[in-house]
Amino acid sequence: MFYFIQLLNAVQYGLLLFLLASGLTLIFSIMGMINLAHGSFYMVGAYLAYWLAKLSGSLWLAVPFAVVIAFGIGLLLETAVFRRLYKRDHLYQVLLTFGLILVFEELRSILFGDEVHGVAIPASLSYSIPLTDTLSYPVYRLFVTAVCLVIAGLLYLVIHKTRVGMMIRAGSSNREMAAALGVNIPLLFALVFAFGTALAAFAGAIAAPMSSVFPGMGHQILIICFVVVVIGGIGSINGAMIASLAIGLADTLGKVIAAEYSSVAVYLVMASILLWRPQGIANRA
Amino acid sequence: MSPITLPRSLLIAVVLLLALFPMLGTTFYVQLGAKIMIMAIFALSLDLLVGHTGLVSLGHAAYFGLAAYALALMSPKYEAASLWLTLPAAMTAAALAALVIGFLVVRTAGIYFIMVTLAFAQMLYSLFHDTALGGGSDGIYVQVRPELILWGFKPLDLENPTEFYYFVLIMLIAVYAFLNQVLHAPLGRTLAGIRANEQRMRSIGFPVFAYKLGAFVLAGALAGLAGYLAACQFGFVNPDILAWHHSGVVLMMVILGGMGRLHGPVLGAFAYVLIQELLSAPALVGPYAKHWQLAMGALIVIIVLVLPHGIGGFIDIALRRHSYRRIRSGGAVET
Repeated sequence: MFYFIQLLNAVQYGLLLFLLASGLTLIFSIMGMINLAHGSFYMVGAYLAYWLAKLSGSLWLAVPFAVVIAFGIGLLLETAVFRRLYKRDHLYQVLLTFGLILVFEELRSILFGDEVHGVAIPASLSYSIPLTDTLSYPVYRLFVTAVCLVIAGLLYLVIHKTRVGMMIRAGSSNREMAAALGVNIPLLFALVFAFGTALAAFAGAIAAPMSSVFPGMGHQILIICFVVVVIGGIGSINGAMIASLAIGLADTLGKVIAAEYSSVAVYLVMASILLWRPQGIANRA
Repeated sequence: MSPITLPRSLLIAVVLLLALFPMLGTTFYVQLGAKIMIMAIFALSLDLLVGHTGLVSLGHAAYFGLAAYALALMSPKYEAASLWLTLPAAMTAAALAALVIGFLVVRTAGIYFIMVTLAFAQMLYSLFHDTALGGGSDGIYVQVRPELILWGFKPLDLENPTEFYYFVLIMLIAVYAFLNQVLHAPLGRTLAGIRANEQRMRSIGFPVFAYKLGAFVLAGALAGLAGYLAACQFGFVNPDILAWHHSGVVLMMVILGGMGRLHGPVLGAFAYVLIQELLSAPALVGPYAKHWQLAMGALIVIIVLVLPHGIGGFIDIALRRHSYRRIRSGGAVET
């Protein structure tokens, strides 16, 4: 039973990673852009949820508003800053987004301070299902798992079955050709970017009641998402899904077996994938 | 392309200035100077990868930090360790880590390379942060600075800030001269070729993987030298020096000064640390001194958007315009 609970945790963590990694991998492959500030959007989402929940008294209201605000921030940043970077060397993309991280972190520090803030789980979900006499599982975590699964399913449908999805796939495999065929590339880029931002903020907002909100929360998860993207292969949503679950499992199992070295387990998975398939599990060489 | 190094007369003038500086400045400024020169060595080592080989590493702080930890772990508690023993050992530790990590990361390129170098640096960070190794998240002290003993006498006492400053200056000159030699030697020309066109170098028959790995290890060892000096100076090491923030800062120095030229990273280190000192001086910015990273972040964004080749590139372009004007007005031009 103990391992069953750990498995549930692993899946829940993996799916949360997927929300971040899918946006990251789409931005990588379609715009050819490395975005270190993606983790900051996760933090922005979490802090917005904390702040709006305090204002409105309800997380149900806070999360949609947080997502809409994040989408707006994404659109604004894309048109004002990121758009100028797509054709530049990765080096400058790294630097600029590094600068943005500093800005976001300090704004967070000025607006919300450096303390850890808790976010209350909505009353309707704040109970646990008893599994044995001593062990139980919080319903909120199950809820998060379910929501992530629904979003992953929707993402799959949008990308594989709709016209926008077709444009995204076309833009991802050959940007110039897609533009030549009449796809409005600047608009598509802006939407994909803002969508990725909103997805990251959503992940932060729903994770806030579980992890609480704290300084630097975006950094940790960003690097794990990089690992996910490296393992899954850039541009592959399916690869990101497999890799997210694998990392969720490696991290959770690592914590159970050797808590101190659990963070290393994740990187060892990455190292072995690099030896075996440097282009990621889902991409062909 | 602009030359890798500055004219000799200018270099000698800069070295003289740096050598005379401790006579003017107070202890605070002498220590600041030493700190800047340590960061300059660190930035030089990173530029070997970024500017000269075309490998954008976002995990370079790993080797800096590893060597710093190596010194901290090797130092006996109440007596001085020998510099002749600990410095090569710390640099070897950094080089070995770079060899193992490099073996894995050099097979990737582009965005992958950036992400993977970052991830492995983060792995070392978590290792030192989460386990008891090196005092865990609290860090570890270097109680007594290592001793430099040459034929039974002590030419420089590293406990003394001014003498430590000179030791760092000698190291900076040595690294600069060494890289100047390397970059003008066949090795450096090969690395430049790999940066310009890797496919072509491979088809000519150069073992590109081995060269890139070699550059990675060399850069790691030199970053280790900087880390060792930093641990000496501050007498304290904690996991933050391995963190990606530190890797980002040193990358910023390289770009700020202009990559691919030896004076660039040095200039960048000076500029970055001085800007940081200005932005975090309560006398200048009042209550916002605590939040200096806000202005620094905004500055980085603006520099990337406005000055694509760093301050060094900006000066180059200004100089070129100047000489262009002189040609047009009929004056002679030195080349």
